[in-house]
Amino acid sequence: MNVHQIIVDSINEAVCNVFSTMVGGDLGPGTDSVALGAPEASDGVVSFIGIAGRWAGTGSLSCSSGMACAICSRLLMTETTAVNEEVLDAVAELTNMIIGGVKNDLERHVGSLGLSIPTVVFGRNFKTRSVGSTEWIVVRFPWNDQELAVKVSLAPSERVAQLAPHVPTHACAMDV
Amino acid sequence: MESDVLVVDDSAAIRKILQRVLRQTGMAIRAIHEAGDGREALAVLAANRIDLVLTDINMPTMDGLQLLKSLKGTEEWREIPVVMITTEGGETKVAEAVRLGAAGYVRKPFTADQIKEKLAGILELALPL
Repeated sequence: MNVHQIIVDSINEAVCNVFSTMVGGDLGPGTDSVALGAPEASDGVVSFIGIAGRWAGTGSLSCSSGMACAICSRLLMTETTAVNEEVLDAVAELTNMIIGGVKNDLERHVGSLGLSIPTVVFGRNFKTRSVGSTEWIVVRFPWNDQELAVKVSLAPSERVAQLAPHVPTHACAMDV
Repeated sequence: MESDVLVVDDSAAIRKILQRVLRQTGMAIRAIHEAGDGREALAVLAANRIDLVLTDINMPTMDGLQLLKSLKGTEEWREIPVVMITTEGGETKVAEAVRLGAAGYVRKPFTADQIKEKLAGILELALPL
């Protein structure tokens, strides 16, 4: 079982499905890569959702504040020019649907999984770090001169436990 | 006869989208009520005559399955049709919802047509349009 490819394919399918169905616009397929450990400085909106089960980890979406507003405007059919509660809520729901789609695909291969309630962060020049994770599968989707990055870090639960003893597997430390 | 509909989801974005879609269904709606979780939904149900419930499954405090169980276990709410709207693709929770008496479910992401189609089938049985 090539989990990496399953996750990449699932992300592509979920993003395309969510955008074509609810946001109104075709996306993808995205460009995939692997990011090892080091957090990248972020500007804009970043969301996280915990994945738990026999495999555990974190799913994440990140994009500029402009793209977050554009997504919110299309999703809710309202004009939004600045990040507000409505935009953060829209990104949280987008995360829920995209990572939820990935989870549904993965369950066929790794058994039942659960998702946490998503968390969304908005700011400038902040870093995020998922404790214990060493590898992120990243798929980047260009959209109207901007970019949506979908990231998933997932490992068998035993391995996650070894990497981060006594630490919740999907806790995210944030340096602002 | 106009109906009162209750939309239950912890996402204000989804509640707003569902409000819009419901208005487009052609269904005679008197009011659309909202709740952010199952517990809030029970309070709305206690204060209003609700004819249809659309609810998410995964919510904090009280999830959609607990809400459904509570509805089906209460005499005055037992006949209210409940439609689950969820990202859950796993058979376990969907099967549990059906076993508890859900009238149907729609998977997120959804189109307006999917919601309309699902409600048309259910409302034909339960409500005058």
